[in-house]
Amino acid sequence: MSLLDYFRSSKTNTASLAKELQILVAHERASRNQPSYLPELQQELLAVIRKYVNVGQDAITVNFEQDGNQETLELNIVLPDER
Amino acid sequence: MARIIVVTSGKGGVGKTTTSAAIAMGLAKRGHKTAVIDFDVGLRNLDLIMGCERRVVYDLVNVINNEATLNQALIRDKRCDQLFILPASQTRDKDALTTEGVGKILEELSKDFKYIVCDSPAGIERGATLAMYFADDAFVVTNPEVSSVRDSDRMLGILSSKSRRAENGEEPIKEYLLLSRYSPDRVKLGEMLSVDDVQEILSLHLLGVIPESKSVLNASNSGTPVILDEQSDAGQAYADIVARYLGETKPHRFIEEEKKGLLSKLFGSK
Repeated sequence: MSLLDYFRSSKTNTASLAKELQILVAHERASRNQPSYLPELQQELLAVIRKYVNVGQDAITVNFEQDGNQETLELNIVLPDER
Repeated sequence: MARIIVVTSGKGGVGKTTTSAAIAMGLAKRGHKTAVIDFDVGLRNLDLIMGCERRVVYDLVNVINNEATLNQALIRDKRCDQLFILPASQTRDKDALTTEGVGKILEELSKDFKYIVCDSPAGIERGATLAMYFADDAFVVTNPEVSSVRDSDRMLGILSSKSRRAENGEEPIKEYLLLSRYSPDRVKLGEMLSVDDVQEILSLHLLGVIPESKSVLNASNSGTPVILDEQSDAGQAYADIVARYLGETKPHRFIEEEKKGLLSKLFGSK
């Protein structure tokens, strides 16, 4: 270690990097057990809704949860504010 | 009945073959009859690391295709008579491996071996999934680095869903973390993920930390499993890992920076 190191104050820390990685890994873990048809389902639902309402690409969230023997498919559609 | 260990990681170059060679030798040196199998069909390297590349006559695929018997293909290690190597085929591709074929070989080996170490190839193709399919224990080799940690987590998912134990609803594969190529000084500088970081993300039982070490490359070059280099830090790390796997308690080493003397501080040795 050189003398210069003592004056270098901006020591980087991997804590934030680890946090980010943990979020990514948790996200991937959650999507690992999902049925493979989910993205397609999401696309088709979006197409149907768009026939009637003009919504954006991210207006629908599809969540799949598994709790013991019970599987829950949760759909959340955000409609735009009426003007 | 043998215990089947898979050495896996997902990512390449993290030290799977080095680890397979070291722990197989470690287990054999302790008197347990051990076989180590190279599943990297088409890119075999375990034979080089074990220093038996000139003695390969038959390989894993020959045995699966009934072109040779298991006894013809097994190579007895010259340094330890409890250790046998089953090399991978260099000329075929990975599709030459079949679940039935591998299952038959492992069943036959189980009859008179105590431990069977399966050296998995990188990736999640057939060689890798077959290496882990029949496993009882998994050694997940991970480098303290983001892509390796992410890939390891992916492998954990496959271990828990696509193994024989998972499919038969048996007790799940026991998973252990082996953190390799670890540099405490780089962790201190914030350039490398720490043991705690990696453990928090993967939440695995830590079997040992293997420090980044020149001795690993030297060992590979000379075809000697690094565990036989008892003076080296990496060799000692693997000896600890084998001991812990066999149920001994050993405090973890190589996690903290080595304390330097005044002279090396001043002149910056290493």
